[in-house]
Amino acid sequence: MSSAEILNELREIMIDVFDVDDLEVTPATTAEDVEEWDSLSHVRLVVAVERKFKIKFKNSEIEALKSVGDLVNLIEAKTAA
Amino acid sequence: MLSDLAWLPAPSADFRERLRALRAEAAQPGEAYYERVLTLATAALDENQLGQLARLAGSVAEGGAAPAQFGRVKLGVVGDGTLSLLAPVIAGSGLRHGLLVDVVEGAYGSAVQQAMDTSGPLHRAGLDMLLVASDVRALGLSRAADSLADAEARVAGALAQLKMVVDGFRPSVGAAILVQTVPPPIEPLFGSFDRVEPTSSYAMVTAFNARLAAWASEGQVVLLDIARLAETIGLERWDAPRHWHASKLPFAPEMAPVYGDVVARTVAALRGRAKKCLVLYLDNTLWGGVIGDDGVAGIQLGQGSAAGEAFLAIQQTALELRRRGVVLAVCSKNEEAAALLPFREHPEMVLKEDHIAVFQANWTDKAANLRAIAETLNIGIDALVFLDDNPAERAQVRRELPVVAVPELPDEPALYPRLLMAAGYFEAVAFTQDDRDRAAMYQANAARAAAVQASGDLDSYLASLDMVCTIRPVDAVSRPRVAQLINKSNQFNLTTRRYTEAQVEAAERDPDRHLAQIRLVDRFGDNGIICVLIGERRGDALEIDTWLMSCRVLGRRVQEAALDHLVRVARTAGARQLVGRYIPSPKNAMVAGHYASLGFAPAGEEPGGTTVWTLDLADYTSPELPMVIDDTAVGAPTPELQA
Repeated sequence: MSSAEILNELREIMIDVFDVDDLEVTPATTAEDVEEWDSLSHVRLVVAVERKFKIKFKNSEIEALKSVGDLVNLIEAKTAA
Repeated sequence: MLSDLAWLPAPSADFRERLRALRAEAAQPGEAYYERVLTLATAALDENQLGQLARLAGSVAEGGAAPAQFGRVKLGVVGDGTLSLLAPVIAGSGLRHGLLVDVVEGAYGSAVQQAMDTSGPLHRAGLDMLLVASDVRALGLSRAADSLADAEARVAGALAQLKMVVDGFRPSVGAAILVQTVPPPIEPLFGSFDRVEPTSSYAMVTAFNARLAAWASEGQVVLLDIARLAETIGLERWDAPRHWHASKLPFAPEMAPVYGDVVARTVAALRGRAKKCLVLYLDNTLWGGVIGDDGVAGIQLGQGSAAGEAFLAIQQTALELRRRGVVLAVCSKNEEAAALLPFREHPEMVLKEDHIAVFQANWTDKAANLRAIAETLNIGIDALVFLDDNPAERAQVRRELPVVAVPELPDEPALYPRLLMAAGYFEAVAFTQDDRDRAAMYQANAARAAAVQASGDLDSYLASLDMVCTIRPVDAVSRPRVAQLINKSNQFNLTTRRYTEAQVEAAERDPDRHLAQIRLVDRFGDNGIICVLIGERRGDALEIDTWLMSCRVLGRRVQEAALDHLVRVARTAGARQLVGRYIPSPKNAMVAGHYASLGFAPAGEEPGGTTVWTLDLADYTSPELPMVIDDTAVGAPTPELQA
């Protein structure tokens, strides 16, 4: 899966997790940019991503994430392995 | 399988579109709104979808025009760890059980402080119920004790901590307080010896859970067996240390949907919304094969084949449910004669004709048959569960009758009992002798319905029943059933006031209050306790705080016997009038005219549509009733009036 495809999947997941009608997501998007993205919905986002891509994250990996781009890269690395 | 809510169908592909449509209508619900919400919620949803449903529930409740079928519960949630993930999941799961659950979440990790702060927000919220979600780590049971005395002190301390929370909140909670058992730790300290060694965390948790169960058996709290749930799913999948460390989530977030459903179904059971009747399809559900084609000798049932044994196990499960009071019925597409053959002639049949209260075998559509079953038993159609092996038929029944529970079943009949039971349709929070006898009672009722049809004339029919109506005070033996009726009766319930067993006991001792329970026996059997009355002396009146009856004795003139009792009580107490109230609820419209039909005069209205009624005792004369009245509950005259 290309990083563009992953980003698109991720957008769908985020719409569901944050319960919004639409969402603009770029690799530069951070939690600051999305009102519904707080520490709690972040947990749900991680769980939903793990379920969708059938991968598991380590806490250290999650803590190191700064932006959507970081998450896309992490998913890409994990799904490629 | 169970953690995925496998007894529920997959969510519809257009879940979001349907949700959006329902949200748009929340303030002004359109046609069949309740059914559409139920259909949307009756699916194996994930935690995000449940959260979306929680928002819908909130909008419907706030919209102020919620359809009457919805029940409403204000549920406080306090406990250890992060609860914010659980609150929306509970509210979303509530919709599946027809409930608008307003979850009031406690602050993070401070249950004891909030319990003690009697002016705090949770105390002022007007809670109906409270859930105390304990975690092993906060209870101090997750690490081994230093000594036997230390282990004992820690178990006792954990229990005392929980009791402090429960006792602190008790005065502010209307109905029930739910407490949770604690899943045992996974990591062994010694190994198998953990179970032998009382200082191990495993042994302490086991002891704690046992004491919790003993406490719940006294009727003071309702037990939510989360330990069993976690073990059923697998402790390894349940426990997620990385989420505890990162966010203090008490268990793996993927388990939230099943947890939410278990909480919601228990709340629903407390509100009298548990299912009452299991309707069984026959071919390939109770036996393998098609009786009309294969004949009695050709169907698979009984020892000797794997399939035959699997169908036997399904029948045994159904029979076990009947023994605990679940009514059994049959709904089958068959000639009746053919459908009855195995019940009469197959030597391996565990279920007999006698066990089936209503037998519908014909070529009419299943929805019509299910309606007929509910009508014959005089229960709501929403009290039915329909077990059917055929996926297309299941989908059709769900579409036509969204309020009937229809569990999804795997292709393997050996797993039918597991799915049926894991769904928790028949969740109970207490068990009494009356429950044990209930299936037989409903069956006798169906026989009575047949008898009244045969006799044609109601008065001669009632006289032929040889009814004995026994009126007694509430005591320790009858109290659990009385409390159960108070908390479960919805339809014939004038005020729908809910009291715990402890509150009932307190009322028994209150000289200003009068409690009575009425049993009815007739020639078809003992109906058990079918009426609860609570009166309260106020000035020159006896006010009827609670008047509820079981719908199974409707049309038997028991309400007149109950009124006659209340009049005797009022006269003995020196009162001059009876005052009754009808407080409308979504389910009690059938008794709106109750007091008028008994000769009470209207005496005004109160906010919320409550109507007040009075009966002047001077105008009352006792009716001739077609039953023997045995009343020892009137009590002695009050001293000041004997002069």
